[in-house]
Amino acid sequence: MATKKLYLYPIWIRLWHVINALLFLLLILTGISLHYASADSSFIPFEISVGIHNICAIILTINYGVFIIGNVITNNGMYYQKWRKNLWPKLWKQFQFYAFGIFKGEPHPFPITKKQKFNPLQKISYVMVMYLGMPLIIVSGIGLMFPDKISNTIFNISGLLFYDVLHVIVGFVLSLFLVIHIYTCTLGDKPGTLFKSMINGYHEEH
Amino acid sequence: MKTPTFFFLALLLVAASTLRAQPDDTIKLKASYFEVNDYVEDNEACLICHGETKFIIEDPNSGRSKHELMYSERSIDRDAFYSSVHNAFSCNDCHSYDYSVFPHSIETRVEEQLLCMDCHGYDETFAQYHFESIEMEFAESIHNMEEFTCWKCHDPHSYKAFMRNAEDLEEAILYDNNMCLNCHANFDRFTLLTEREEIVVVDSHDWLPNQASHFANVRCIECHTEVNDSILIAHKILAKSEAVKNCTECHSRDSRLMHTLYKFESLEQRKGGFVNGIMINNSYVIGANQNVWLNRLSLLVFGMTLLVIGFHTYLRIKKQKKS
Repeated sequence: MATKKLYLYPIWIRLWHVINALLFLLLILTGISLHYASADSSFIPFEISVGIHNICAIILTINYGVFIIGNVITNNGMYYQKWRKNLWPKLWKQFQFYAFGIFKGEPHPFPITKKQKFNPLQKISYVMVMYLGMPLIIVSGIGLMFPDKISNTIFNISGLLFYDVLHVIVGFVLSLFLVIHIYTCTLGDKPGTLFKSMINGYHEEH
Repeated sequence: MKTPTFFFLALLLVAASTLRAQPDDTIKLKASYFEVNDYVEDNEACLICHGETKFIIEDPNSGRSKHELMYSERSIDRDAFYSSVHNAFSCNDCHSYDYSVFPHSIETRVEEQLLCMDCHGYDETFAQYHFESIEMEFAESIHNMEEFTCWKCHDPHSYKAFMRNAEDLEEAILYDNNMCLNCHANFDRFTLLTEREEIVVVDSHDWLPNQASHFANVRCIECHTEVNDSILIAHKILAKSEAVKNCTECHSRDSRLMHTLYKFESLEQRKGGFVNGIMINNSYVIGANQNVWLNRLSLLVFGMTLLVIGFHTYLRIKKQKKS
């Protein structure tokens, strides 16, 4: 069977992505350890978790800056635009494919092309994660890193409490995204196909 | 007239002829003082000098006079005194009548001072404060050294039971920490009691992340005393090597802060689902203030996600086997 190859992931995206993935994993592990810290048996020692979490957070913030700048100066930004056009019908179609069509061997409703790297579900989740979730977790994280600089009260509650609860909730949503993202990446032609794309830059279709 | 009173007044006359306080236009004796104290005017015999920052000393023989600064350690703020726990006291309740002679004799100045236990110990009136336990704790404390008395931390002329009646916890923490810093950030005072080298608090705590935030939100004694649930405030100050350095002692569900800083309010354990919820009135302690509802919800959502993924994977494998 002939293989269709599309170069979709330039080196800067792949590097950004792999760094982001590693940082995500470290931040989730240390974040969970801090959240469930115990005097007797912390998953990772508290002070080590704080150190790793802070360093990773700083690198993640810089890496996020690379993503934003990259999207501005290259055409990668176009994949995150016009996500609201016919949103619900498109989402429903993609959902039906994942829920039923995939088991009947139906073709992908939104095949990957040079102009359409993401299906509608991917697109909205990536837009939400990168343009809503990431800024929220970065801003709340900076607030927690510099607690003396934040307001004492926000919406009538302790500023620290506001930032922390926001950080924990967004962190959880992003962790959930990571799990779903990894799983949906096994939904290529073969379970490893999409992971390979992120290594060599080529999207392959058989 | 009883002899001691006569003696006291006679000495007062002598003293009044040799010194006087710096004249001041401000009204020193406020109505509020008289509301809490029956000896305000008597106390002025002392405060006429000790309530001022400067005084005038006069030699009646030569007629010469001279301004002197009141040594700050001997200066008493009237407002602070009349709003302190001892606000109803006369100076002579604790100090000898001999102080009415000026200059004060050396015998008077080294007289044995009354200590907390002399009034508060073994007295049913004060039983709820467990002064006896405090004394026992102090005996085992690193502060138990020569010349270190209760007064070194609790100035009887201004002491307020801040923590017990705390309405503004931040203010109470500042008040308490200043008791420690009074010596630990003032080397001159520090050397009165020890030969040790100077401690620079900021440097000795440089390992502590978000130092300023910790200093503003917890008391020194949270980490530098042994937890004791039977008294209101722990008094067994530990040696540096025994101080808490394990973050999770506070940053965990079973946070020691609930047995120290928040022990007065620890009955209010959960607030809006937050573990150790009383802390979130003023602060947020990572690890100690997990929200049980959010924890449960996150586990439920995560579990359901894994279930859906597992089921989806199962169907894919089944389909692959068929084809």
